[in-house]
Amino acid sequence: MDARIIQELRAIVGTRGLITSPEELHTYECDALTNFRVVPLGVLLPESTDQVQSILRVCHRERIPFVARGSGTGLSGGALPVENGVVVSLTRMNHILEIDFPNARVVVEPGVINLDITGRVAPHEYFYAPDPSSQSVCSIGGNVAENSGGAHCLKYGFTTTHVLGLEVVLPDGTLAHLGGKSLDAPGYDLAGVFVGSEGTLGIATKVILRIVKRPESVHTLLAAFPSTNEAGAAVSDIIAAGMLPAAIEMMDNLAIQAAEAAVHANYPDCGALLLVELDGPAAEVQYLMTHVNEICRSRGAWEIRVAQSDAERALVWKGRKAAFAAMGRISPNYIVQDGVIPRTALPKVMSEIDHLSQQAGVRVANVFHAGDGNLHPLVLYDRRIAGQEAAAEALSYQILEICIAAGGSITGEHGVGEDKKRAMSKMFTEPDLETMQRVRCAFDPLQLSNPTKVFPRPRLCGEKPGKYVAHPLETAGIAERF
Amino acid sequence: MDSPVSSNSTQIAAPFEDAARAIVGAEHIRAASADDAVAEIQPQFVVEPGTEQELANVLKLANDAGLTILPRGGGTKLAWGNPPQRADIVLSTARLNAILEHAWSDLTVTVEAGSTIKQLRETLAEHGQRLALDALWPSRATVGGILSTNDSGALRIRFGSLRDLVIGITLALPDGTLAKSGGKVVKNVAGYDLPKLVTGALGTLGVITQATFRLHPLPKESRTISCLARDPQEAQRLILAIQNSKLAHSALQIRFVESMPPQIDVLFEATQAGLTAQVGQLKAILAPSATVDSGPAVWNARQELYSAAKDNESGAALAKISILPAQIAEAFEKLRSVAANQIRCSAVIQATGIGSVYLEAPPAALADALKTLRSKFEAMGGSLMIAQWPAAMLSIDAWGDPGDALPLMRAIKQQFDPRSTLNPGRFVGGI
Repeated sequence: MDARIIQELRAIVGTRGLITSPEELHTYECDALTNFRVVPLGVLLPESTDQVQSILRVCHRERIPFVARGSGTGLSGGALPVENGVVVSLTRMNHILEIDFPNARVVVEPGVINLDITGRVAPHEYFYAPDPSSQSVCSIGGNVAENSGGAHCLKYGFTTTHVLGLEVVLPDGTLAHLGGKSLDAPGYDLAGVFVGSEGTLGIATKVILRIVKRPESVHTLLAAFPSTNEAGAAVSDIIAAGMLPAAIEMMDNLAIQAAEAAVHANYPDCGALLLVELDGPAAEVQYLMTHVNEICRSRGAWEIRVAQSDAERALVWKGRKAAFAAMGRISPNYIVQDGVIPRTALPKVMSEIDHLSQQAGVRVANVFHAGDGNLHPLVLYDRRIAGQEAAAEALSYQILEICIAAGGSITGEHGVGEDKKRAMSKMFTEPDLETMQRVRCAFDPLQLSNPTKVFPRPRLCGEKPGKYVAHPLETAGIAERF
Repeated sequence: MDSPVSSNSTQIAAPFEDAARAIVGAEHIRAASADDAVAEIQPQFVVEPGTEQELANVLKLANDAGLTILPRGGGTKLAWGNPPQRADIVLSTARLNAILEHAWSDLTVTVEAGSTIKQLRETLAEHGQRLALDALWPSRATVGGILSTNDSGALRIRFGSLRDLVIGITLALPDGTLAKSGGKVVKNVAGYDLPKLVTGALGTLGVITQATFRLHPLPKESRTISCLARDPQEAQRLILAIQNSKLAHSALQIRFVESMPPQIDVLFEATQAGLTAQVGQLKAILAPSATVDSGPAVWNARQELYSAAKDNESGAALAKISILPAQIAEAFEKLRSVAANQIRCSAVIQATGIGSVYLEAPPAALADALKTLRSKFEAMGGSLMIAQWPAAMLSIDAWGDPGDALPLMRAIKQQFDPRSTLNPGRFVGGI
């Protein structure tokens, strides 16, 4: 980067707020998806909205692309730096600015850690509902960018359900307020479109969130089934019985083995494990849990445990929450995939994955948000064996194709980022993608904010959307334009 | 702006009619009648395409010819928004009314935009499910219409609004593009969330042709409990106490009629066991106020206000307000302060802070009252949207202040509808 620009940026964020030394820059060369790496020109650590605005004004004037970064826990390369660009790290903007219990809202800066919000509001028996597995380290700004989910979004919704308003610095440095503390602000729901835009529309500097009252009672049931088919049938029965559990999670045998090896969750050794959590008024939960228990038995569950205390529940969840990291115990390398299918397609999709896995000679462990059809197949391989990595990558991509063919999605919560741009063209047609990019052209006509992510091909914002073609009537001189 | 029957539009009308007829068939295009007028602006044609491709073709035809389009579903909320700057063609979704796929075991439904809410409700009920939203005038209102107006009722406090329920859409753009966004699965973060962008956009970005929703099971049992509060302050205290409790109510509203004491209504939907326990807890919170089992009719209160304003065209307006849950008593005071001598006022406010306000007064006084209320609610951080007002009332902006995001909204409009073909002038800031 030009010395003059470095000096100008340093004047904005101070010496402590600008990283340019090659050794330190390496820390920022990737996020939690480590197979893509780009060293940025510099990393900026602003401490205020003003500073973010000043940085983006410089970037805009100098046409320097930028990538916003929170805790760097993303799994799709969303925070991967771009060539000849800078990283804007929001970790120092980490204040909880306001807690408003009567209205059940909090206002936070983007660098605030997800779980810290719950930590602050817990004494009043509130919590912040979206709970990605990385919630103890991931930031709200990152959650907003990715529209993060979690095990409990089946009942409570995703990040977007809980974001009421945003203060955003647009890619030209101007400030805009999207949504607000009260609902249905006049105009387009721009907060709705900003959440989940993976950092491509600007940088959020303040986030107004909803918090939720803790339910009166929470019961968690753990049921051991002979295979994922029976467990899947039990899930269908639970939904058909008109229940909406807070979470339904499934693990297959390989995932259970890994979890056991890693954290000794004391899970039964079985073909598939189902974890069903119900919450709400005590009498209601008690009644429904009896019903869930019966359904599981009738579908062949041979062991059922019900956790009622916080301690028991923590133990039940321990193995599930640790499932990804646990793969290291049974395989030297693995790819975490994230796809979605209509829940009813589970038996078919599982058998297809199984078939592909055997064909490729690569093992696949399955962890599954069974209530909403979000699959997390973990493709296990050994990099040291020639050809295995390529086979694992190919298999992982084929799983996405299976999800699309089943009417699902290429990502339920990890995002498209750098990783799945290619698959976007499989899920959407060119007109679909072009239409989405009209939004991008409105927010960021120069395409400076996390460019090269999400879309397989950028839309040139200069071109007139929908080129004018003279109508035949007009050409024939029958009609005229006015 | 041109008047609707300018010489230019007369010239272009006949060729448009021929071309549109070729697309939809002669029986599906007709001259517009006085009943098709919106805010006294008279369109020339009503076109009813039978497929989404036909709809996109008609839209492109009009766009290329420089004609403007009023998208229309059931026509129940056509009064919402500012009067159109021009209105050449009504593009009706009436024939796009198929329920394409009720994937009941996946709790989703995909439906064409012209399906009525009642039709959808009946289909979903066959498998014990529902779209958990109590829309206005369900027997006529359509899926496309409720999405475009972002209609929501009392169930919002538990199930969210349409932005939380819609998971996919197909949109026809003025250049003839048909684009999908979202999908058919509840959990999906691939690409931008255009379903949210078009929800509440009043048809100014594109015409919704299809939507996919997440569904909820119909409740096993339901029960409504009501009680009278002494005054707005007590009502406020009780609302916040219920919100701060561990009750899992499905709806909570305050009704306010003239100077009568405010009435609180609470809806529970649960199993019998859950109902009994929760009603007991609710009574403890409301004590010593007496409670009654009031039945489901109280949940019509919102629609009754909207209908009353519609029927009383000589001198009544209906405004949708949005404030914070803890500002309800303050909002009541503001309403009371304008409801003097000439002005009658009733309101229903949900515990979410979304309220429906009915005001009856001579036109000049009505306009003044609405302006005063809007400035008071905006000062509180909220908003006031005028949904319906009498023709005789001095025209004031329907929406209020969109804040500093207005340039961004204009840029979005420019990208989707650069020639302002769709509902010109009806949305915020002249969009």
